[in-house]
Amino acid sequence: MIKIENLSKFYGDFEAVKSINFELNDGEVVGFLGANGAGKSTTLKIITGYLTPSSGTVLIQNKNIQTDSHEIQKQIGYLPELNPLYGEMRVYDLLYFTAQIRNISGNNFKDALSRVIEQCGLQGIIHKTIMECSKGYKQRIGLACAMIHDPKILILDEPVTGLDPNQIVEIRNLIKNLGKEKLVLMSSHILQEIQATVNRIIIIHEGEIVADGTNEELMSSFIGNTKLTLEIKHIKDPSFKDLLAKIPSISIINTIPNNDSIILNLEYPKDEDPRDALFQFAVESNWIILEMSPHSANLESIFRKLTTKESNNA
Amino acid sequence: MHNIKAIYFKEMKAYFNSPMAYIFLVVFAIITGYFFTRTFFLFNQSDMRSLFNIIPLVYLFFIPAITMGLIAREKNIGTMEVISTLPLNDFDFVIGKFLSAFSLVISGLLITLVHFFTLTYVGTNIDIGAVFTGYLGLALVGAVYSAVGIFASSITDNQVVAFIIGIFIVLIFFLLDKMLIFIPISLTELIQYLSIDYHLSNISRGVIDTRNLIYFISVAGFFLFMTIRILEIRRWK
Repeated sequence: MIKIENLSKFYGDFEAVKSINFELNDGEVVGFLGANGAGKSTTLKIITGYLTPSSGTVLIQNKNIQTDSHEIQKQIGYLPELNPLYGEMRVYDLLYFTAQIRNISGNNFKDALSRVIEQCGLQGIIHKTIMECSKGYKQRIGLACAMIHDPKILILDEPVTGLDPNQIVEIRNLIKNLGKEKLVLMSSHILQEIQATVNRIIIIHEGEIVADGTNEELMSSFIGNTKLTLEIKHIKDPSFKDLLAKIPSISIINTIPNNDSIILNLEYPKDEDPRDALFQFAVESNWIILEMSPHSANLESIFRKLTTKESNNA
Repeated sequence: MHNIKAIYFKEMKAYFNSPMAYIFLVVFAIITGYFFTRTFFLFNQSDMRSLFNIIPLVYLFFIPAITMGLIAREKNIGTMEVISTLPLNDFDFVIGKFLSAFSLVISGLLITLVHFFTLTYVGTNIDIGAVFTGYLGLALVGAVYSAVGIFASSITDNQVVAFIIGIFIVLIFFLLDKMLIFIPISLTELIQYLSIDYHLSNISRGVIDTRNLIYFISVAGFFLFMTIRILEIRRWK
């Protein structure tokens, strides 16, 4: 369990993290989402004990990171951004070194080694020098190091940056599997990635948390109206007065003439669905509907809404 | 303790898996061998003084070179972040690194034992005690320079800068007692006490005085302590 209270971090005069609060429970896979420089990495670095907070507390399994850092670090596996590794070391040596620091030796090390080789798919490269490995393998080596002690909490800073689509799917499945029994906190600025992997999203913007919830919760709370695009032929009255009179819940955003048809963009409150009525109206007015497509809200629009609105105000 | 061991063996592997250790040992052996044999047969004396005089000079450049990357490189490639989030004390980290650099220095010294065997083979009336204390003094100087080198490596993430700062600091210690004539008389005793050469020459003469031992141990300890402090400060930035 991770509990963060009023956490702030200053770099000189610049406040990178502004008094944030959240609580993460075991078995959650949480995505930490934000633009570059929003304070994601800083927060993760404080949770792992690399940086000291300027104020506020970080409690992990009810222990304070500042007073019990080693106890906490024993339970955390951390993959930093850009995944720094000793290029000249062999994969085995790096895992052995990490295990030693984690106080895993003898048969325990053998077990841990075969576990991470299996989980991270390191078969075949274990005796290679790290710099000979591809980027995807390096990422998995970093993950293997973070997991060698089978931690309860995994903190992954941009784990899929720079990977090809196949590798992304592999890492994503690995993280999902790990999330069944561990608390995984991963940051990313790739929205699709977060959406596909995690079951809770925290959006941070300019050091403040602007949203926190499941994918569905975010969708419903941040997108007020559903948008609908219609392409219609045989329209006699392009002002649509009759339509608006008949179905008052809709409002027209714009109309675009397109050859002999008209493209009509309209919106309606998210808890109503006037499509049935629209169809009936079209039949009665002898319209021919060529297209009717609702624009479901996506994380991208929420993200843009949250992270541009705030900066406009500032 | 097991953490010091883990760091130590990691660094030793890094030294010997790269050209670093071999270049250091071979060039060290060639330079010291050259200066020893150049005058050994000429002076026709059964001692190793010429060797013991040249080694502190060779140290001046070689030790900062082998220590420059120890911490600066970890910062530069970012592995310091991984290290800092492992359950590992700064103390264990610094001591493990120090011991690995010190071991490499000792390996260099062990190679020069070849000249000692030459001496026992051709020489007579050898002062074994002076040879022993001479080596002891060199080992202690090696320890001090290694500590300085690690300190220099901890204050930057650039290895070349670490190298230059390292040379600069050891050069100060090396030159202190050569500057005595420029220094007010009231300060000469203090400056002399701080100089490496003053203590080294005492030990090399065959006298093991606790004052000299305390000097070496405390200077090395001071720089290691400062290194640990520097690593702690980083976290607060």
